[in-house]
Amino acid sequence: MRELKVQPIRNGTVIDHIAPGMALKVLHVLRIPQEGMTSTVTAAINVPSKEMGRKDIVKVEDRELDPHEVDKISLIAPRASINIIREYEVAEKHLVHLPDMVEGIVRCSNPNCITNQAEPVLSAFKVTSKDPPRLQCGYCDRLITDIAAQLR
Amino acid sequence: MAQQGLRGKSLVHIQDLSLPDIEHVLDVADKMVPAAEGKQRVTSAQGRLLATLFFEPSTRTRLSFEAAMARLGGQSLGFSEPKTSSAAKGETLADTVRVTSQYADVIVVRHPQEGAARLAQRFSRVPVINAGDGAGQHPTQTLLDLFTIRREKGPIGQQRVALVGDLKYGRTVHSLAQGLARFGTEMVLVAPPTLQMPRDQVEDLKHAGARVTLATRLEEVVGSADVLYVTRIQKERFPDLEEYRKVAGTYTVDAELLAQAKRSAIVLHPLPRVGEIDPEVDSTQHAKYFQQAFYGVPVRMAILSLILGLGE
Repeated sequence: MRELKVQPIRNGTVIDHIAPGMALKVLHVLRIPQEGMTSTVTAAINVPSKEMGRKDIVKVEDRELDPHEVDKISLIAPRASINIIREYEVAEKHLVHLPDMVEGIVRCSNPNCITNQAEPVLSAFKVTSKDPPRLQCGYCDRLITDIAAQLR
Repeated sequence: MAQQGLRGKSLVHIQDLSLPDIEHVLDVADKMVPAAEGKQRVTSAQGRLLATLFFEPSTRTRLSFEAAMARLGGQSLGFSEPKTSSAAKGETLADTVRVTSQYADVIVVRHPQEGAARLAQRFSRVPVINAGDGAGQHPTQTLLDLFTIRREKGPIGQQRVALVGDLKYGRTVHSLAQGLARFGTEMVLVAPPTLQMPRDQVEDLKHAGARVTLATRLEEVVGSADVLYVTRIQKERFPDLEEYRKVAGTYTVDAELLAQAKRSAIVLHPLPRVGEIDPEVDSTQHAKYFQQAFYGVPVRMAILSLILGLGE
């Protein structure tokens, strides 16, 4: 019965091995749902997993996500794997890769940082550690350890 | 060449400067001292304009920048508090900088928010000098502190420097400690446990080459220090006023304490002081904090001169 809970998709993207409870944050980072988007999206939370005990899975049908966009989820799911599905088969598989700089998705945890004011700039962070992910504000130098709490 | 390293560049963070850059600023500042004292006339900045954008008041810093520009033969324009600027009308810092950078050759920014100078640098068409952004960086203060130590005591790497007071929140000591670490200076961090420098910062200093020890009692340290760098313990950090009084009193530098100090030891303070240094110390050979305030002028002359590429 388990396989019926999360049905296979014909074409699209499956993000697997997301830490349990983080699926909705992953969608948030991917800006899903976007206006005008018609793809069916499934988020499975607390799916039993041999490797991880429990894990979350996100499936986006009829859309192959841009790998650079998907890399951003490594901020909150550093071990996630991305599977591009074509005709029910895994056509491509890769692990997320955290870029050296992150712009815009995270807000600085320092309330007195200039990027939290009404200035025409995106937040910008240097990635100082990839696993666990750690960021340093490119403006005020604040270190961000709880990244999930600072997602915009 | 270090001079080319600074020409046309902004100075936002002390880490923007390499060790040779820092040494070159201090060398140029040495040459600027007679002009800063008014004993020599310099006209190298004639026709050049400095814009001082002070979104929070800081009389000492602003006046010493303006004095430095005037002593180089240049002129200054600007505002000394946001009430008299377009920020009062709700203009963004980005726009204020975009506009004013078209009127001047170099900009000095003082702002209550951290990261403001980095943002200003992004939108300015001329170099930006950070004169303090919130609890963030204040690199010209660090350079003048280093200059004072070198001028009054000799090679910076050979001193034993005690940093005293609020080492947790005080921005002056953080960037000074980073600067001293570049020279491999021995540092003793003297603070109550609640106001001691955060551990990761201490580790960073050690990685950068400094020898660092921690202490809580000034009496244990005063006999072996070459430099006592005293900072203000800010009352607003303490939830309990009684707690503040206890801690604040611990670090009063007075003649009695200095009786145990080396004869050649010097006392520095970024000022303003509020009771950390007894006025009776002012007349002793140890007191160098007013001299330190003066050195702000030759050091800022050196920075302006190098950034504007004026030659020496």
